Amino acid sequence: MQYLDFEKPLAEIEGKAEELRALARANKEMDVEKEAAALDKKAADLLVDLYKDLTPWRKCQVARHPDRPHCQSYIEALFTDYTPLAGDRNFADDHAVMGGLARIDDRPVVVIGHEKGNDTQSRIERNFGMARPEGYRKAIRLMDLADRFRLPVVTLIDTPGAYPGKGAEERGQSEAIARSTEKCLKIGVPLVSVVIGEGGSGGAVAFATANRIAMLEHSIYSVISPEGCASILWKDAEKMREAAEALRLTAQDLEKLGVIDRIIPEPVGGAQRDAQATIASVGKTITSMLNELVDLSPEKLIKDRRDKFLGMGASGLAA
Amino acid sequence: MNWISNYVRPKINSLFSRRDVPENLWTKCDNCGTMLFHRELSENLNVCTNCGHHMGITPRERFHALFDGGIFTEVPVPAPLADPLHFRDQKRYPDRMKTAQKSTGETEAMLVAEGEIGRTPIVAAGQDFSFMGGSMGMYVGNAIVAAAERAVALKRPLILFSAAGGARMQEGILSLMQMPRTTVAVEMLKEAGLPYIVVLTHPTTGGVTASYAMLGDVHIAEPNALICFAGPRVIEQTIREKLPEGFQRAEYLLDHGMLDRVTNRKDMKNELVTILRMLLALPPEVKGDLPAPTPEPETVPEADASGAPEPAGDAKA
Repeated sequence: MQYLDFEKPLAEIEGKAEELRALARANKEMDVEKEAAALDKKAADLLVDLYKDLTPWRKCQVARHPDRPHCQSYIEALFTDYTPLAGDRNFADDHAVMGGLARIDDRPVVVIGHEKGNDTQSRIERNFGMARPEGYRKAIRLMDLADRFRLPVVTLIDTPGAYPGKGAEERGQSEAIARSTEKCLKIGVPLVSVVIGEGGSGGAVAFATANRIAMLEHSIYSVISPEGCASILWKDAEKMREAAEALRLTAQDLEKLGVIDRIIPEPVGGAQRDAQATIASVGKTITSMLNELVDLSPEKLIKDRRDKFLGMGASGLAA
Repeated sequence: MNWISNYVRPKINSLFSRRDVPENLWTKCDNCGTMLFHRELSENLNVCTNCGHHMGITPRERFHALFDGGIFTEVPVPAPLADPLHFRDQKRYPDRMKTAQKSTGETEAMLVAEGEIGRTPIVAAGQDFSFMGGSMGMYVGNAIVAAAERAVALKRPLILFSAAGGARMQEGILSLMQMPRTTVAVEMLKEAGLPYIVVLTHPTTGGVTASYAMLGDVHIAEPNALICFAGPRVIEQTIREKLPEGFQRAEYLLDHGMLDRVTNRKDMKNELVTILRMLLALPPEVKGDLPAPTPEPETVPEADASGAPEPAGDAKA
């Protein structure tokens, strides 16, 4: 378990409890269970306390926690018959974007998501979840496939943003994102999205222009990273706490702004402390969002999406 | 050679030095340094008469030159909710807005107008880089939706001149939501079978490029315009290598297949008219002034029995 900087006090208590137990294992006569249990209780209380009212910046840290379940974990646990489909038929297959045919509750769907990777090797292979134009073009192709065979589309959002690289720019990063957003708006099948970690700017919008959008309790969705915003508006990247505050990037603020439809609660201490429970609640939400949409006609689904995005921002935050 | 030194610094410098030059009669070319007389410069549409460098131009100035006889009618844009996030960085967002409104004399970063170009009725939308970097927030979103709706109502094509640093951070997620929102506007035009032409001007970057600016039926850029998703500075920091000369400039994008054409500002109007009239299946534009209207042939009084009609003469030419 990797601790975040604000979890230091917790790390100490949990460390002490573990030390005591280790001592007891080495020395059979010692009875430390009572003290250790007291420490456990203290740690549990502290955890509840720490996560009760996370600041926006802490939410960013939790949303980026390396031990959080990623796209692949959700696909493996929630979907059956997952058959990855690769490539954009033009240039390459982008490993930052997973996608293919799968079943959820036996219902065939197309699933698409950003995958960040879990260790150094897979992170490099996945380009830390930052897609190149090929990733968006693969998604466009899969959405077309879904549209033709009347399969709902499920997207899982977890990206720091689209990749800012030389080749990506040369091959039309902007155009690929714009076309992907356009495709989301055009398909006559249900499209549901869940922000499972980071919803990074245009790279997220390209998959999340959906009929229904849910966010995990401690996930974020923003026009720019707090660090990027701080370096532009405060001229100091270290002001990311202030920027995170000002940007209103938490699931709670986005629900108030009418940008998202639902918040999926996370276990105490964040998704990283109980991946299984988190994945299960995300699964329930996907099913319930799909159930709301499956009976609607293609025209109605397209109109629903358009009206949703045309109406965005009509109401701000109440003071 | 990045836009900070090319564009922002001269811009900032000009803000401070403007007061020293009486009535701002002279402008220094950002590129070659030639001092240009203001009247000459504006007659040349803010293009340097020495080196051909395209400097910034406000939508109002552009529209005066674009529409026939400089005549256009502004299309009203619904005002969005002001400061929806109560955003505050080192300054309050409403204060930044006031400063921008004062310095530009405009309400916001986009101007929408209807009128005729080469006697072809159009709707045009122009983004104003001098207003908070042209950034796309709720207002720009409203403007594009209003422009598209107006174009559909009048069955006219839409020409959009883009110029922006990207989304407006002070409106947070709501500015990001203008990406899908403006895409819906573009869809309306496409479904109505109306041409949507994007003219990409310096600079067009970020969320603007990644939505309505890259969804045109035809993409035309002004020479040397910076057009990108991620800016060169961000990319250099990410990949830690120098970028090639001219990277992400209009000509580079043309080479990489992202644009149809790169066209000088002074030729832009003619080119737009030519393209539009073909897309709309209209006859070619009548260049120059139309011949004086033919006077109605006088009704021949019945009393006149000569029977020989007057030759129509050159009126039929």
